[in-house]
Amino acid sequence: MTQLLALQDLLPLLPELILACGAMLMLMIGAMIGERSSAVVNGWCVVILALAAAALLWLPRGPHVMFGGSFLVDEYARFLKILTLIGSGGALLLSLDYLTLEKQQKFEYGTLFLLATLGMLMLISASDLIALYLGLELMSLPLYVIAASNRENTRSTEAGLKYFVLGALSSGMLLYGASLIYGFTGTVNFTGIAKATQSGASIGLIFGLVFLFVGFCFKISAVPFHMWTPDVYEGAPTPVTAFFAAAPKVAAIAIFARATVVAFPGITHQWQQIVVFVSIASMVLGAFAAIGQRNIKRLMAYSSIGHMGYALVGLAAGTPEGVQGVLVYMSIYVAMTLGTFAVILSMRRDGKFVENIGDLAGLARTHPTMAFFLGVLLFSLAGIPPLAGFFAKFYVFLAAIKAGLFTLAVIGVLSSVVGAYYYLAIVKIMYFDEPVKGFEPMPILLRLVLGVSGLVNILFFVYPAPLLGAATVAAKSLF
Amino acid sequence: MNWPILSVVTFLPLLGALLVALFVRGNERWARGTARWIALWATLVTFAISLVMVWRFDGGSPEFQFVEKHNWLGIASYHMGVDGISLPFVILTTALMPICILASWTAIQTRVKEYMIAFLVLETLMVGTFSALDLVLFYLFFEGGLIPMFLIIGIWGGSRRVYASFKFFLYTLLGSVLMLLAIMAMYWQAGTTDIAVLLRHGFPIGLQKWAWFAFFASFAVKMPMWPVHTWLPDAHVEAPTAGSVILAAILLKMGGYGFLRFSLPMFPAASHEFAPLIFTLSVVAIIYTSLVALMQEDVKKLIAYSSVAHMGFVTMGIFAATTQGVAGGIFQMISHGIVSGALFLCVGVVYDRMHTREIAAYGGLVNRMPLYAFVFMVFTLANVGLPGTSGFIGEFLSLIGTFKVNIPVATLATFGVILSAAYALWLYRKMILGTLKPSLEGIRDIGWRECVIFAPLVVLTILFGVAPKPVLDMSAASVAQLLENYNHAIAAAKTAALLAQ
Repeated sequence: MTQLLALQDLLPLLPELILACGAMLMLMIGAMIGERSSAVVNGWCVVILALAAAALLWLPRGPHVMFGGSFLVDEYARFLKILTLIGSGGALLLSLDYLTLEKQQKFEYGTLFLLATLGMLMLISASDLIALYLGLELMSLPLYVIAASNRENTRSTEAGLKYFVLGALSSGMLLYGASLIYGFTGTVNFTGIAKATQSGASIGLIFGLVFLFVGFCFKISAVPFHMWTPDVYEGAPTPVTAFFAAAPKVAAIAIFARATVVAFPGITHQWQQIVVFVSIASMVLGAFAAIGQRNIKRLMAYSSIGHMGYALVGLAAGTPEGVQGVLVYMSIYVAMTLGTFAVILSMRRDGKFVENIGDLAGLARTHPTMAFFLGVLLFSLAGIPPLAGFFAKFYVFLAAIKAGLFTLAVIGVLSSVVGAYYYLAIVKIMYFDEPVKGFEPMPILLRLVLGVSGLVNILFFVYPAPLLGAATVAAKSLF
Repeated sequence: MNWPILSVVTFLPLLGALLVALFVRGNERWARGTARWIALWATLVTFAISLVMVWRFDGGSPEFQFVEKHNWLGIASYHMGVDGISLPFVILTTALMPICILASWTAIQTRVKEYMIAFLVLETLMVGTFSALDLVLFYLFFEGGLIPMFLIIGIWGGSRRVYASFKFFLYTLLGSVLMLLAIMAMYWQAGTTDIAVLLRHGFPIGLQKWAWFAFFASFAVKMPMWPVHTWLPDAHVEAPTAGSVILAAILLKMGGYGFLRFSLPMFPAASHEFAPLIFTLSVVAIIYTSLVALMQEDVKKLIAYSSVAHMGFVTMGIFAATTQGVAGGIFQMISHGIVSGALFLCVGVVYDRMHTREIAAYGGLVNRMPLYAFVFMVFTLANVGLPGTSGFIGEFLSLIGTFKVNIPVATLATFGVILSAAYALWLYRKMILGTLKPSLEGIRDIGWRECVIFAPLVVLTILFGVAPKPVLDMSAASVAQLLENYNHAIAAAKTAALLAQ
């Protein structure tokens, strides 16, 4: 009887269990059958991610506190976990054709996706510093390996190594910060820390906070810890880049928001300054540095740096509206990113993948539908209404204005105008320039991902209520 | 008869665009023809339905009519409606669209399908801008219009189209994002983005000033006012004919409409305080850009600068905040919509034949194109503001409206009328009169399609010139209410200031 109860108690953990067991199962199948099972295994990994998402939807709602308060399944976690699973699943779907075409099918690929995603889910639910670090490392280690998964390619291995070295450094800093916080508050639990910092914080604790933020900023590639992003994005195989752009950022910003809002509400003023600075720096750098890029993956890297800056605008507000803005922003960001990478992955000419923006010249004439959808996504990334990207920016700035962060808001919208320039430059190349030779026909899976994300971006304004409602509920559960 | 007529007018063109996008494919020739016909019918039906709106509109009431309201974003709702200030612009839009489609009938031969889609989408966004009764919804339509216009200039434009389209897009966007922040600040202050409610909401003076400047940044660029007008000549010159028509006739009016709908009634104290600034910029625009227009060698550029000058009268009239001034501003916008649109169409006629816009390339056209010479003359005189044409009523009303508040400004602006006569008549003499240039020997007069385009515009220009009452009556009640609230707010602000002393 007690055993049964214990099993039931583990029920909120079901999505994580599905991923963990699924990953092991796939690893065993792969190890036993060998390389020829790779395509099937990677396909099944998508199904496992979908199963985890289904389990998440099916599970009873309501906050579940587990493992002595270190693991929390609330509305906030539910929302972000579903989003992460969509990001991972989408990126894995994008990978399947690429791996076959490039003869890179390895069963470890999908398995590592599952393990990294498992880490992300744990990170999202973490509600003390130990669980946070566990989740973060479980997420990061597979990512280092996948970045270098194309072993024969020097740039891929370089990307993996670079990511690993810098990632390890940032993990160390995060850990140092966590130990300082523990030292000055005497607890690792978020709510405990909140109690200890109710009436201000000592300088040592602020130091800890800063180091903790360094770790977070590295993971979401916010300025000034963004250096790795362009190189890793460019060097890693393209579907891996898509994965990096979509899923880990969601998880990292989720824990960033949870840790700051739940653990440090007493010293909002202190961390707000840091977030405002990081946000402004990311938006401005993302906007200006992207202008000179010729490689579309590097461009997406700077674009994602900018987008993290915008998402942080919501966090800087530190209010339920702000967190809601962050959630809406990340959801729409995932949709935009996956769609854009679906196009980048179908830039294949004469049996080779091309990555230059100039290769898109005249796409509107050679592939009108693809150009239309990419155009929609680019305008959406630029934040032009009525596309979804506009609403993403709208909600974060709305929160910033309410919180009285006018300087941040003004700099933010101005840098979005600068950012619009380089997105427009791609539209110009697709629509105004003379066509070059067309691409090979787009695989059906990529069409699916592109079509869904394009339609989400176009039609979001018609029926925004579900996402907005869910984000509101999720944000409230943090406060 | 309780159907959402306003939504139908707004979204019918979009439906047409969807039809073209989804079902027109296959045989190139057939696709082109079908796309054109679908676009023409969609715009014509839209126009017909908008006329039903005019017929059912109660001009005696200052309230919003044909109101529709649905829950949408939570903080913002889908709230649509028109009053006497916005209805004229809706009609102007729906009336000019079929003309634009017809004007592009033979001029556009490449990517016809995309062209028609862009125009139809643009129509939806323009009508939406004028009929939105929610700030967020308004912003959505207002900014969304940038996308199709960017593509129209960039794909079907002239040789420097890329530069012009980027400049147009980024300039306008830069102005608008600040307005977006002001909208948010207004939301947190008033707790709603509903325009009908906000019109009655008194904002504190501090917020009024900041918000006024933010809105000003957006509308001044759109209008465009000196010194942020520099995108307009580029955009006009490079855009295809129909694109120029839409730009001059409708997109510029969004700025004036915005001043009337938001700046004046929502921030009355700030408007009153900053009226001298507007007057100065307007007078500079009227005189300076008229002088610049005198120096142009490109027909389209000349008309573009004359547009800036004419918009100066509009801003001056609106911020004079007198009955005549505001009514004159509205009338001037409608009149300028017809006249400048028609002038760009006139340029399009000769451009289609000779493929040059240089004034020096033309001369003595009257010998070969008598009908064209007549049409061009009507619009030139209307542009000058000759009594008996619609241009006169607008300029005259806004001038006497301003005269009541600020005599020096009105006097200086009157010089603009003389200058406009100078450049417009000079242009007419250079192009139409004189001896025929040898290169123009073979030029044909306007055909039946072009007659169909010009006939309604000529009729309206003269009709509104001799009988402006229908247009003035349509907006009279709304303008009266707007000014009543405005004067009330100013008086209240003054008493408050006195009390504080």
